[in-house]
Amino acid sequence: MSALWVLVFIGLVAAAGYVVGFQRAAALQTGPEKAHSLPSYHGWWAALLALLPALLFFIVWSVATGVILEGSVRAQLAEADPNIDPSLASGMTHTVADALRALGVHGMEQAPADFAALAAQASARGLMLPSEGQDYMIPAALQLNETGTLLGSIGAVVAVALCVIGAIYGVSRIRLRSRARNHVERVMLWGLLGASTIAILTTVGIVLSMLSETGHFFTDVNPLSFFFGTVWDPRFAAAGAADSEGQFGLIPLLAGTLYIAFVSMLVAVPIGLMAAIYMGEYASASARAIIKPALELLAGIPTIVYGIFAVVTLGPFLRDLSAVLAGGTPFIQAQSVFTAGLVMGVMLIPVVSSLSDDVITAVPRAMRDGSLGLGATQSETIKRVILPAALPGIVGALLLTASRAIGETMIVVLAAGVAARLTINPFEAMTTITVKIVNQLTGDLEFNSPQTLVAFALGLTLFALTLVMNVYALYIVRKYREQYE
Amino acid sequence: MSDAILPATAATDSAARRDIGIKKRYAAEQRFRIYGIAAITVGIAFLFILLGSIVSKGYTAFTQTTISIPVLFDPAIIDPDNERATDPKVLVTANYPNMARNALATALGVDPSDRAALRQVGDMVSDSVRAQFRSLVTANPDLIGTTQTVSFLASGDLDSVYKGQVDLRVDEARRKISDQQIAWMNQLKEKGQLGAAFNWGLFTLGASSRAESAGLGVALVGSLFMMLIVLVLALPIGVAASIYLEEFAKRNRFTDLIEVNINNLAAVPSIVFGLLGLAVFINFFGLPRSAPIVGGLVLTLMTLPTIIIATRAALRSVPPSIRSAALGIGASRMQMVFHHVLPLAAPGILTGTIIGLARALGETAPLLLIGMVAFVADAPRSPLDPATALPVQIYMWTNEAERAFVERTSGAIIVLLIFLAIMNLTAILLRRRFERRW
Repeated sequence: MSALWVLVFIGLVAAAGYVVGFQRAAALQTGPEKAHSLPSYHGWWAALLALLPALLFFIVWSVATGVILEGSVRAQLAEADPNIDPSLASGMTHTVADALRALGVHGMEQAPADFAALAAQASARGLMLPSEGQDYMIPAALQLNETGTLLGSIGAVVAVALCVIGAIYGVSRIRLRSRARNHVERVMLWGLLGASTIAILTTVGIVLSMLSETGHFFTDVNPLSFFFGTVWDPRFAAAGAADSEGQFGLIPLLAGTLYIAFVSMLVAVPIGLMAAIYMGEYASASARAIIKPALELLAGIPTIVYGIFAVVTLGPFLRDLSAVLAGGTPFIQAQSVFTAGLVMGVMLIPVVSSLSDDVITAVPRAMRDGSLGLGATQSETIKRVILPAALPGIVGALLLTASRAIGETMIVVLAAGVAARLTINPFEAMTTITVKIVNQLTGDLEFNSPQTLVAFALGLTLFALTLVMNVYALYIVRKYREQYE
Repeated sequence: MSDAILPATAATDSAARRDIGIKKRYAAEQRFRIYGIAAITVGIAFLFILLGSIVSKGYTAFTQTTISIPVLFDPAIIDPDNERATDPKVLVTANYPNMARNALATALGVDPSDRAALRQVGDMVSDSVRAQFRSLVTANPDLIGTTQTVSFLASGDLDSVYKGQVDLRVDEARRKISDQQIAWMNQLKEKGQLGAAFNWGLFTLGASSRAESAGLGVALVGSLFMMLIVLVLALPIGVAASIYLEEFAKRNRFTDLIEVNINNLAAVPSIVFGLLGLAVFINFFGLPRSAPIVGGLVLTLMTLPTIIIATRAALRSVPPSIRSAALGIGASRMQMVFHHVLPLAAPGILTGTIIGLARALGETAPLLLIGMVAFVADAPRSPLDPATALPVQIYMWTNEAERAFVERTSGAIIVLLIFLAIMNLTAILLRRRFERRW
């Protein structure tokens, strides 16, 4: 709570700095000489001087305090019981420390004799303590509270002092010619630059986090047997079998992913491309105004809705239909490559059509007119002139669509099935990389087992696959655009 | 001579040329056109089938069968040993479903000593009466001993029968509701004591293993928290990043890198963001699992590229003359951007943000990985409490076996789609109302 008050105080001082700075700067503007900056810039500069150093210090101090406290607690606990799991024990100690603070216990002499007594006191106040708590956690928790309070108050005092000093300095430096606007604008520019680096930080975060977890995974499982293994059976390894390698085979998952993506492209590409051509070349403006948003509605529907449609309506329907066609036993399973691919294809229709619409309309008017002038029909113009001219762009668009299909999760989680097998029959169930990521991470497995870490290896594979496709596609599209600009 | 012949051959030549292929070519043209129309028809037909199947399955979820009868708050059931003055726990642990069962038995005129019949009567009542009556009694202990008319939920199976979703031609032994129970149901219906009421519970209740008392309350609060976090973080960061890239950045390696990054992040599969959230926010920074704050952060990172791309397009559409004019009368570059360009680009930015938010609202996969698939019965009070999200709740309900959950799932999808429709309509209206053509 005290941290919140420090932040509130810093905010108040900054606000006061703004007001005082504004008024001082406004009061200076009396003579014929004009001020360099408007009064509000002087106010802002004073506020920023109060805010930034104090906040920066406070954040650094809080993080450092946390690290130091954690280290000392772990050292203390390891001394008391060398066999204990450090992160678990320190977590329990933190809970105990919170309970002690809530009970108003500040010294060893006030503390309950043992853990059971403390737990009883705490539960009387409605606080839950972990049942595996140990007696030696009480002194550790007390010391944690004591040091934490001490370091916290030091940090709070310094931060408040920095804030006040900054505000006073800022206000005292206000002159008619001082360049407050330039200072404020420089800070703003740094802020804008910082915001734009978040994209890079995200990518770095994705790559680093996946690489490190994948590294852990590959210490348990041979990378070769992951990338080239044809058997996916993580449970078998969980039983503690010595011969656990080869059970995390990527191949069946990759095959399923690509197969389903292929089926979905078979649905989406002809329909999407023809729809785009019709809308771009034939449809009247009023027809276009209705058709285009209607198709875009398909893109706005969340993928979970498609997945549920596939599993509740389409899957059973296809199964029953195939049973009627085959006269008895159905040859299409309710969860199958075909069902998932079909529904995903529908989802991708608007993606294909809107991407290729952009590409087709970018083909210069002159090429169209030239072909039509030579006597070609409209469809001949499209097939022989526009499509070849737009081909690189369309290929880029299709690559982007394929990368969407590969990374799609909810449809395949619901409609494709979980059985990892290799088959060429599209009416049977296969599974995908994304399905297995979800499966491996939504169970109750402990985090550091290969069973969960494999999800990161799969994620990294997926990321690399889509990254290559996206970068190449974006490169093609960019190149293509420049060609006609 | 030759003059006379030449035109004739030319005429026959051209006539032959016109004959050869022209019909075929026009037929091909017609076919091509029909392919185009067929493609669009198929796409739109799918849209209607999809929406039609969801709505036809789900609209019934908005009503729920309720029973409204006089209930005796029987001290013999609530507090048989009369010790509520000393031990308030009695009121919490009492067997309230029996109270509802007895009341229903009285209303139906069932002999209280017929145990088999009583059990059947009990099966018509939702187990949610336990919590409902408990809160009534603990809030007002004076109710004990009195008779009050109370509305409570019928069981999920009875609800399905009442809505006509159960095939009554199926052999009685294979149904969950017997013919006797149906007769009782009709008896209550005639007396006006049983009927369908608007299902407020769908919007207020939390997770439950029973369909009739499962609701979207927790999911709605969780989604609201996440959308607020996305809005508060993604909008300012996205706008700031776009301003930098569009108005200040020099063309160099670094800005190229940022640009490639943003375009690529927009195409990264959403599940990868879930892995990032799990590894960074939960394992590294130690934020709680299942909490809307983690979901909000993950969705923020996912929505940022969308907002940045939309904002850059909006900034680019502001004509350079505005910038020149502002600079010309002495504004600094910052002032030019914030006082002139940004306000003119605001409608476009808002539209892009709303569309990004709508996409974030429907996103499921990353939330599954950060543990939002949780059984949460009580609404979260802060973004740090466990919660679920609207699409995740839908996903969890699809995994339930009971048939009443199918209806709930589709009903929840309708709720989700209505939210999305409202957001997208707002975006379209904003664009119509404020968009400027230069």
